Amino acid sequence: MKKITVALAGNPNSGKTTIFNQLTGARQHVGNYPGVTVEKKEGVCKYDGYEMIFVDLPGTYSLTAYSIEELVTRNFIIDEQPDVVVDIIDASGIERNLYLATQLIEMNVPLVLVFNMSDVAEQKGLLFDIEQLSRLLEAPIIPTIGNKGKGKRELLDAIVKTVQQGRWQRTHKVTYGEEIEHELAKIDEIITDKEHELAEKYGSRWTAVKLLEQDDDITVKFRSRDVLDTVTASIEHLKSIFGDAPEVIMADRRYGFISGACQETIRTTVELRHSYSDMIDAVVTNRLLGLPIFLILMYLVFLLTFKIGAYPMGWLEVFFEWAGRAVAGLWPVGSESWLSSLLVDGVIGGVGGVIVFLPNILLLFLSIAMLEDSGYMARAAFIMDRIMHKIGLHGKSFIPMLIGFGCSVPAIMATRILENRRSRLTTIMVIPLMSCGAKLTIYALVIPAFFPENWHGPMMWLIYFIGIVLAIILIKVLRLTFFKGETIPFVMELPPYRMPTLKSVSIHMWHRGWMYLRKAGTIILAISILLWFASSYPKPGRESLAGLSAEQARQARLEHSVIGRLGQIIEPVIKPLGFDWKIGTALIGATAAKEVFVSQLAIVYAVGSTDEGASTLRQQLRASYTPLTGFCIMLFCLIYAPCVATVVMTKQETNSWGWALFQFFGLTVLAYIITLIVYQVGSLIAG
Amino acid sequence: MEQKKVKPLSTIQSGETVKLAGIEAGRGLNNRLAAMGLVSNVEITVVNNGHPGPFVISAKGSRMMLGRGMADKIMVSSCDYEKDNGRPGRKSK
Repeated sequence: MKKITVALAGNPNSGKTTIFNQLTGARQHVGNYPGVTVEKKEGVCKYDGYEMIFVDLPGTYSLTAYSIEELVTRNFIIDEQPDVVVDIIDASGIERNLYLATQLIEMNVPLVLVFNMSDVAEQKGLLFDIEQLSRLLEAPIIPTIGNKGKGKRELLDAIVKTVQQGRWQRTHKVTYGEEIEHELAKIDEIITDKEHELAEKYGSRWTAVKLLEQDDDITVKFRSRDVLDTVTASIEHLKSIFGDAPEVIMADRRYGFISGACQETIRTTVELRHSYSDMIDAVVTNRLLGLPIFLILMYLVFLLTFKIGAYPMGWLEVFFEWAGRAVAGLWPVGSESWLSSLLVDGVIGGVGGVIVFLPNILLLFLSIAMLEDSGYMARAAFIMDRIMHKIGLHGKSFIPMLIGFGCSVPAIMATRILENRRSRLTTIMVIPLMSCGAKLTIYALVIPAFFPENWHGPMMWLIYFIGIVLAIILIKVLRLTFFKGETIPFVMELPPYRMPTLKSVSIHMWHRGWMYLRKAGTIILAISILLWFASSYPKPGRESLAGLSAEQARQARLEHSVIGRLGQIIEPVIKPLGFDWKIGTALIGATAAKEVFVSQLAIVYAVGSTDEGASTLRQQLRASYTPLTGFCIMLFCLIYAPCVATVVMTKQETNSWGWALFQFFGLTVLAYIITLIVYQVGSLIAG
Repeated sequence: MEQKKVKPLSTIQSGETVKLAGIEAGRGLNNRLAAMGLVSNVEITVVNNGHPGPFVISAKGSRMMLGRGMADKIMVSSCDYEKDNGRPGRKSK
């Protein structure tokens, strides 16, 4: 079986990911491009004697060096030399989408064009002369309907055919008009002469085009003075002729090429004045209704995550309780085996305490995937822009923050949609204030432990709301201090509304769920065992336990352990917050991953308790602390030090340990101050 | 380019269609806008001039949302030339 690489390129919202999912199913591998943290998705499809490795490139509008995604896409095509590049085009917005295709044509790659959403284009009254257009663009064109899987076979056939054809020189090229072509020829000649290697690698014409466009990434590769001088002279010359920078004119000419090709091959039969998208938009982006609708939707997401999630969560709880008892039952009653304790309290207790929250995580990501796939997410940014603008960020920043409600790690990755570094840094800094799925596990433990049933919803809402308000204040402060500067105006496409497909939503949900489980199976398991050790050893001498009741002995053993000592060391510091050393111990553990707080507390309370009918953790908590302390636990956990994974991601994305540590310590100090005030004032009021 | 009066896009009312005359922004932004279809002489329909706040326009068959600052930088001219036949008149609010 022959192995080939097929790269999928395309505009954002062109349905690229849907096609990718159709081709590869759930057999996908998600990684990163080397050096940068742009997500790299790969999947395999076996067809007609070929093993096709599909690489889902980031969605881009063009191939400039303007954003990381565009650079990644471009470098992948140049460095990896994929056997075929498939450009997914939204057929209903053909001209804009072909802009990327013109650049791929310029790179002279073996190209297959996919006219996706051809049904939508048809509804819009667009008729294509596919054959003729294909001849003009010198690439096969395959109409598809991504969400219905239509055209998949034809696409695979076209890929095979293109591979068999091999690389060849195109006859039509995008031409830029006499003056520019003249300068391009000059540059082409001098780079072929002076910088042979680069010309060979990138293709001399493409390089000439990029140099004339003043592409930073390509320009810095050239050392030869002669080349750079020629380019500068050409740019000056063209500027004097056109009164505009060459790249503006060249973009114009590319569209000229596109409309030339389209004029002969596309017919418009009807023009729809009001599509259903407009009608939905009239309501959801309405000045008065927009924000309430958004808030209601967010509340529904939380209700779904909680109310519905409570059932499978209950089943899992029962299962782990049963598993714990079953394993403990392997040892004779009353024996104090360390292995039994490790398995029951360390492994089952620790990991089980985390896995029970899997239904919540899945439902949350299901909601997020539906919001994203339906196209509402972009509207949410639109609605939020009014508010975000006031605090010095634009609506787009809201998207990573919204994803932050799932997990800070992908949220920090999602800040890449922000072009401005200051906006991006500010957003990254406050993302941990968005209550992530892991913090949810803490709230889900604490709220039912201290508050009556009918308070659960409002309480949850309140803690999320506090996070948002704090984030807003913090952004404002950061924008006035560390990240001073004008807010960058922004552009963003509003994709038409689409029905999310079950397949793509479930793949998305499955991936996130799997990521969470893997974290539970690896990092959290390791930490649980480590913490079990730290909370079991060193054991106090037998004589020091003499004469104590079973309860006091348990207490003594715990206080003697590493973790107990650590907790005690910090107890004087956290006492003003209403926390004792047990909570302190759990807080230390939770810096590794927030959900560890729950498993850690479970271990701290379960260690040494071999008594039958041990009360559940919630009952233990209720017996030990006041509701005020419960609230302060949530408040502190909401704000303080982000988890290790977030710290690592912040370091990677900001490319500096400085910002990562600033975030880590800054938030911890903030958490301390706020919790201190709340606890002290709360205690006063409570008398 | 025509000798028509050029004004910022932000001053255009919802429902009106205009022609892009130029963008007063840096190279990076210019490139980005070009890639999204905003080049000279492109027809832009203002779908929603939702002041204050972002702008929704339609150009080359796709919807785009602009920040107000952006809409100030995009210069447009009116396009009341003959080519209008076949294009149903936009309802202006």
